[in-house]
Amino acid sequence: MKTILYSIAAVVMMAVVAGCGNDNGKKGAITSSGAADEVYVAPGEHDEFYEFFSGGFSGQVSVVGLPSGRLFRRIPVFSVDAEKGWGFDEETKPMLNTTHGFIPWDDAHHPKLSQTNGEIDGKWLFINGNNTPRIAKIDLTTFETAEIIEIPNSAGNHSSPYLTMNTEYVVAGTRFSVPIPQKDVSIKTYKENFQGMISFISVAPEDGDMELAFQILMPGYDYDLASSGKGPSHGWTFFTTYNTEKGATMKEATASQNDKDFIAAINWKKAEEYIKEGKFEEWTSPYCNNEMDESTHMAKSTVKNKVKVLNVTNCPGLVYFLPTPKSPHGVDVDPTGKYIVGCGKLSADLTVHSFDKMMEAIKNKDYETTVDGVPVLKYESVVTGVVKSGGLGPLHTEFDGDGNAYTSFFISSEVVKWKIGTWEVVDRIPSYYSIGHLSIPGGGSMKPWRKYLVSMNKITKDRYLPTGPELAHSAQLYDITGDKMRLLLDFPTDGEPHYAQGCAAELIKPNSKKFFKLEENKHPYAVKSEAEARVERKGNEVHVYMSSIRSHFAPDNIEGIRVGDKVYWHVTNLEQDWDTPHGFAMMGAQNSETLIMPGVTKTLLWEPKVPGVFPFYCTDFCSALHQEMQGYVRVSPSGSNTELKWWLGED
Amino acid sequence: MKPLTRIYVLMASLALIIIYFQPLWYIALEAPQYPDGIEMYIWVNKITGQEESTLQNINILNHYIGMQKIEPDAIPELKIFPYIIGLLIALGLVVWKINKPRWMYVFGFTVLILCALGIFDFWLWEYDYGHNLDPNAAIKVEGMVYQPPLLGSKWLLNFKAVSFPHIGGMALAFSTFLLLWAMVHQKWAKTSY
Repeated sequence: MKTILYSIAAVVMMAVVAGCGNDNGKKGAITSSGAADEVYVAPGEHDEFYEFFSGGFSGQVSVVGLPSGRLFRRIPVFSVDAEKGWGFDEETKPMLNTTHGFIPWDDAHHPKLSQTNGEIDGKWLFINGNNTPRIAKIDLTTFETAEIIEIPNSAGNHSSPYLTMNTEYVVAGTRFSVPIPQKDVSIKTYKENFQGMISFISVAPEDGDMELAFQILMPGYDYDLASSGKGPSHGWTFFTTYNTEKGATMKEATASQNDKDFIAAINWKKAEEYIKEGKFEEWTSPYCNNEMDESTHMAKSTVKNKVKVLNVTNCPGLVYFLPTPKSPHGVDVDPTGKYIVGCGKLSADLTVHSFDKMMEAIKNKDYETTVDGVPVLKYESVVTGVVKSGGLGPLHTEFDGDGNAYTSFFISSEVVKWKIGTWEVVDRIPSYYSIGHLSIPGGGSMKPWRKYLVSMNKITKDRYLPTGPELAHSAQLYDITGDKMRLLLDFPTDGEPHYAQGCAAELIKPNSKKFFKLEENKHPYAVKSEAEARVERKGNEVHVYMSSIRSHFAPDNIEGIRVGDKVYWHVTNLEQDWDTPHGFAMMGAQNSETLIMPGVTKTLLWEPKVPGVFPFYCTDFCSALHQEMQGYVRVSPSGSNTELKWWLGED
Repeated sequence: MKPLTRIYVLMASLALIIIYFQPLWYIALEAPQYPDGIEMYIWVNKITGQEESTLQNINILNHYIGMQKIEPDAIPELKIFPYIIGLLIALGLVVWKINKPRWMYVFGFTVLILCALGIFDFWLWEYDYGHNLDPNAAIKVEGMVYQPPLLGSKWLLNFKAVSFPHIGGMALAFSTFLLLWAMVHQKWAKTSY
């Protein structure tokens, strides 16, 4: 009896202890005041790193400082942003143009910073749009989207942009194979009719201009993620695949049948040779290339038609498949460029392929078989290590440059640190909860900054004060300078960050523009001084050449507008000082406001529907007399003879 | 002239050349929301800021209190002063060359008087900017005038205005003191050199 009582007592004690343990575990057991000090950036001081988070389904990019986790700016990219007029004003509408017409949204996944010699150079940020395949380029002097290129013959642009080590190319792949070119076929003919496409988009070194260099027609798998080689593996880009089963329905089961899918190793230098030799087919495949002109501040959307397509079945040496277990998700090349880490997302283990072994196997024609015209290298010939992680559901791997790798585990909700070469696990730490991507500043380059690691988590639940059913996605900041990882900070993020990439602030901060020079403004409707402000009528189109400066618009009274007119407000901000934007909003306009940076002209369309006198005003608290920064416009009935007049400061 | 006097005259004349290459005066406005400060430089022939757009930004701020726009083109002194300085340099060099004490005194007193007049003229402009305000200004503070200090600092509403001579102004001061000293030396020094 006594024994039983003792046993019960012991069980109860254990439960209590375990309960305490759980509770600590849940909070992350950080926290001494030391952790707070480590993420504290004193008022007026700056963070050490910029970190660019993708917005996922927000379609945008957010700029965050590390270690503080503070949000600095949300850059509109693929989605309209009424706050900034992005996609609403006449200047930015063409940025969101596609061959499907104007699209107000996309799903932005993987921000990648441009590199030179394998190191982040702080010039541009590239990010993919997954839904209607596109790649955007953000200029890091202005933090504005400067170019968007649509990817034709594609669907589900997920394995993108994963640029090469000198930003020669950004890449794009089809996570959703489709009939290429598109045609009306039964979905049940997937195996015959569906294919994948891998695209290489060249980036001009001087101005970052993107051009669709060539495409490679691939078997109809799902091309999930990518990583470009560096150092010895420069010239190759690796793509994970799943659904080598080629299922089209109930993919969660059908695409999970094969024990191994592939990492596709693509020799893009070989592709360049084939292109030079003329071994491509020229296809007519329309796509849009939208560019923001720096001098006019106006975007132009151009439809391009021709693409060069290489067919993998008749380009030997272009693509090899590396068998990789369990529907691999992330593929990451380590900073030395020697190892290719594949994360079989349905497995416990990581598979590490050796680039040297791969080259050897190619030389020896060590093929297991050939599928869809592509040699499959023998698994044993390419694999160099398997990390027995003890976790479940590995997704992505980042590196610290000191021989350590860090892999995120979605199912077991943790970050696992392991050693390159010995493949042994040396540390692990929980994430809250179910981490997707992870990021070390300088990730994907040959020179990561070993200081912080950010986890981007898919599930938030109780981490913050609740906000109803919809919660902000959560990120955690870990210190990785020591042998043991330490959790420092939780912070909510914008949208659903998939990946984030960062770099030392010093690479970007000194180049950040303060304002645009008015004298360099070549917008056709710009005014350079109040003296040029005027209103012009062309039929039912009215163009208001308006200026804004603290604290008035010129003109601020306008008469002679008629119902049925299309009124274009071309507002030039005459200010030439840092942080002096003006806004413009028109009552009743079925449109957004627009925010106008100093030296820039923005155009907002207003189509008045009823007669009367309506106000407009400045929406950005600009000055002590911001509240007075307003004006009136008189709208007369259609066909009336009210004289077109405008003024400022007259009674 | 005593040999030393002559050297002083030459140095005083040459020092004036600096005025063409460096600002005479410097006025800065300091407020928390202007972390880089607003710096205005007064040259013999122009008024500039630390950036191209500084004058525009100063004028935007000033218009709230009804101050006139600072428009360098509308200030005649900026057109005349370069010639006056040129004449002074030429006069100094002639005095050095002809080596006549009497002309040295003429040169010395001319520089002294013109320097004093120049500073007075600068003060008059400051007075005018500070007092001659638009009665319809948005911000009117009873009894408040906005004359920046000639030397030193002063609070003008939310701004601390700081005013000091710059290198050109110091060159002018140096030249003036050198000529004063030259006159003292010529008249009272018991040496023959």
